[in-house]
Amino acid sequence: MIAADLNVILPEILLAAFALAGLMAAVYTTKDKIGGMLVWATAAVFVALAAWIGMTGEGTRVAFNGMFVEDGFARFAKVTILLSAAAVLIMSENYMKIRGLLRFEYPMLVALSAVGMMMMVSAGDLMALYMGLELQSLALYVVASLRRDSVRSTEAGLKYFVLGALSSGILLYGASLVYGYAGTTLFSGIITTAQSGETSLGLLFGIVFLISGLAFKVSAVPFHMWTPDVYEGSPTPVTAFFATAPKVAAMALFARVLHDAFGNAVGDWSQIVALLSVLSMFLGAIAAIGQTNIKRLMAFSSIAHMGYALMGLAAGTAFGVQAMLVYMAIYVTMNVGTFAFILMMEKDGMPVTDISSLNMYAKQNPGRALAMLVLLFSLAGVPPMLGFFGKLYVLRAAYDAGLAWLAIAGVIASVIGAYYYLRIVFYMYFGEEQTEQLDNSGSGVLPVFLTASALIMVLGIINMFGVEGAALSAAGSLVN
Amino acid sequence: MDTHLLSIITFLPAVAAVILAVFLRGDDAAAHRNAKWLALITTTATFVISLFVMFEFDPQDTGFQFVTEAEWLLGLKYRLGVDGISILFVMLTTFMMPLVIAASWNVDKRVKEYMIAFLLLETLMLGVFMALDLILFYLFFEAGLIPMFLIIGIWGGANRIYASFKFFLYTFLGSVLMLIAMVAMFADAGTTCIGGCDVSLLNHQFGTESFSILGIQIVGGMQTLMFLAFFASFAVKMPMWPVHTWLPDAHVQAPTAGSVVLAAILLKMGGYGFLRFSLPMFPVGSDIMAPLVLWMSAIAIVYTSLVALVQQDMKKLIAYSSVAHMGFVTMGIFAANQQGIDGAIFQMISHGFISGALFLAVGVIYDRMHTREIDAYGGLVNRMPVYAMIFMLFTMANVGLPGTSGFVGEFLTLIAVFQVNTWVAAVATTGVILSAAYALWLYRRVVMGELIKESLKGIKDMTAREKWIMAPLIVMTLLLGVYPALVLDMIGPSVSALVDNYASAVDAAATAMQTAQAAN
Repeated sequence: MIAADLNVILPEILLAAFALAGLMAAVYTTKDKIGGMLVWATAAVFVALAAWIGMTGEGTRVAFNGMFVEDGFARFAKVTILLSAAAVLIMSENYMKIRGLLRFEYPMLVALSAVGMMMMVSAGDLMALYMGLELQSLALYVVASLRRDSVRSTEAGLKYFVLGALSSGILLYGASLVYGYAGTTLFSGIITTAQSGETSLGLLFGIVFLISGLAFKVSAVPFHMWTPDVYEGSPTPVTAFFATAPKVAAMALFARVLHDAFGNAVGDWSQIVALLSVLSMFLGAIAAIGQTNIKRLMAFSSIAHMGYALMGLAAGTAFGVQAMLVYMAIYVTMNVGTFAFILMMEKDGMPVTDISSLNMYAKQNPGRALAMLVLLFSLAGVPPMLGFFGKLYVLRAAYDAGLAWLAIAGVIASVIGAYYYLRIVFYMYFGEEQTEQLDNSGSGVLPVFLTASALIMVLGIINMFGVEGAALSAAGSLVN
Repeated sequence: MDTHLLSIITFLPAVAAVILAVFLRGDDAAAHRNAKWLALITTTATFVISLFVMFEFDPQDTGFQFVTEAEWLLGLKYRLGVDGISILFVMLTTFMMPLVIAASWNVDKRVKEYMIAFLLLETLMLGVFMALDLILFYLFFEAGLIPMFLIIGIWGGANRIYASFKFFLYTFLGSVLMLIAMVAMFADAGTTCIGGCDVSLLNHQFGTESFSILGIQIVGGMQTLMFLAFFASFAVKMPMWPVHTWLPDAHVQAPTAGSVVLAAILLKMGGYGFLRFSLPMFPVGSDIMAPLVLWMSAIAIVYTSLVALVQQDMKKLIAYSSVAHMGFVTMGIFAANQQGIDGAIFQMISHGFISGALFLAVGVIYDRMHTREIDAYGGLVNRMPVYAMIFMLFTMANVGLPGTSGFVGEFLTLIAVFQVNTWVAAVATTGVILSAAYALWLYRRVVMGELIKESLKGIKDMTAREKWIMAPLIVMTLLLGVYPALVLDMIGPSVSALVDNYASAVDAAATAMQTAQAAN
């Protein structure tokens, strides 16, 4: 039996083994000098694993008595996570190298957090859930404070750690309550206990605590406070990483818990998720207006986007999960491109994050400005960009599930949110002539990612490159 | 017959825009010239192809023609087609765009981007008028905001930033409510096909059962809600009083060509939307809300005409006059009889030519003097006789003088609304007098009198290029003025089908309500 179980989690084992081997290799050889090589190797391993999981996976396989589930949903999330993590790693290599941040631990920690994320999305048990979550989080805490000599970076790491630990505590408390009232930690066991309408009060409390802990991980309001500071303080490539893969993992875990463990009690959690969603959309949209730092702005932007993704979950239907997955895939693609652009923002070799420094960027570099323009309108959800279709999906899901008020709130928030994306367009295109300009550097992979991402936003509206169908079968495997 | 003609017309300008973006390098005079010529040739070619469509178009067939279809995401379809209501808007767009490009010949700031923006805008506008899928319509409808936002913001006047943000956010807010209504329609009807499919929205009966939300009784039920959501979008786009305030700002700050596109084509999307969605799909909701819309139109006509009287800025004056003329359009549409809708479409087409020409006329002197202040001019007739003639013609057309196309539309809509609501007609008719007041006063202050201002002593008359741009507009304005059947024959059968369906749906709902009351 054990061989079959191991076979199911083979990708995770391989990735963990690779991370440990990489660590050993670096320690016993040239340390940081092979950092760059390790980054590429890790990205290659990510892509290979993504291809392997995406191509070969079929049906639903369960390992370790249901603690680990490998189904279409997990595969979709894993492929998204691995590909976005690989993209961010490749983007960060040059940036980190120039600034002396390219320690060999960096790619290895990212790899370990990826193992954690893969565990999360496959979790079939509260224990497995917690283990994956902590593995991911601990790696991320360290990565956030990668720039040891910067006060902001260490502060970001510490803040993330303290608040993250708190949220883990809440989550554990919820898990223990659920265990206490359901008598099992297995999702497949909990679901039989948690029936809609007859959920015991203790179990309900457990659900609420669990959701609170998970909401922290996806940075949904009111558990979002860490996000702007961590985004701002961390080195930009790390911020890019935070904004992509971990968000997908946390959102997928959210869906997994809600549907696999509490799928029969949709009425009990749907309202909570809807509330998180509406608060996130509005706070993300309103708080971002006053931001001048593009990283902080992207933090609020991601909070708002999580609100939209949660709208899909709040629907509590298979279509809602599909909408959420499509939304997350689009969101990740947009963010990879946007952060590629932010990584290129530097003056005299120093990173710049003030959006007013983009004044008249369109004149200086029309191609990149145009790509960024596409991404910004896509983030704002203006058609014909792909971002609009993400919004359309979740709106439909919410409306079909009888949450018309949530859909209306969502579109109003999107109008408010459009304002701050337009402000960046305003700086790039409408600004006054200025003497000091950003460096025209950043040749190499960054413009490639920026352009690719913008092209996907435009060309994706033809058929979404098949993501739609993949998300459909993924959602089907989660919600029956 | 599945033909790709409409797809070609729609995407030809976009293809040219991509070619410009990818292949045109450099920022010198040669590159500028190439960009302008490519844009001009493309828009002209689009116009020529659209002429084929118009000649092949059969006005007696009230269904959709030249339909082209393909599968798309999310169970949606990519579907384009034209019927009697949309064909003329397509023609108006393809007709105006070469003129707009030609009118932009003097642009020297970021010419390549300018042409790309206008070419993309043309694709999106054409898409709006041809789309036969709800979400496809929304896609084109909303995407048009992006190039227009950039056109106002980059090539606009001094206060362009404010105007562009106001334009974008105002119209975006109006549209998102429509998006929700579209999602609801999709859920209710199970299709997004507008017309011509087995199951289509035009054939679908949306619920009219009254229900209450938060204690408020919604008469007409779902149809009324849908109507209001669409109304929020189209009324802003139109624009109707009291949500018209973005328009004067946008017009004043936009470059000449931007103003022309805005006035001649973009405003028509609202009217087209009413005819394509509100009236045929929510007849009962429209019927319930019609008195309100009629009064809003009447107020718009009088109020904005009065506001136009006191304007110091020529573009602002014409912008307010546009709002007043759009008041006639909404009035005609919601009179919901043959004359009304005929008149509304006619008025929209004619207003496209006239207001476009007026903004071009303002552009002509703005290019020379770089001011739009009315007080900065006076006595232009002495130095610019041809200009005075042309401006006179379009001023008269704007007033609605018989013999020009402006008359027919106003007259038809007034007749129509007289049959429905005499008081509205009476109030609206005063708007005709007021429009004569502001238009003629503008003309007097700018063109007539002695040329006393030093700055104007050296002003030159219109160049050959400017005359050639005006020539087609003059021809169309006079032609439609003396022979309106050109338009009315095209739209007649489709409009009559629309009116019949509307009337029978309203009657059926009234009968159903009576039966229900009798049963109680």
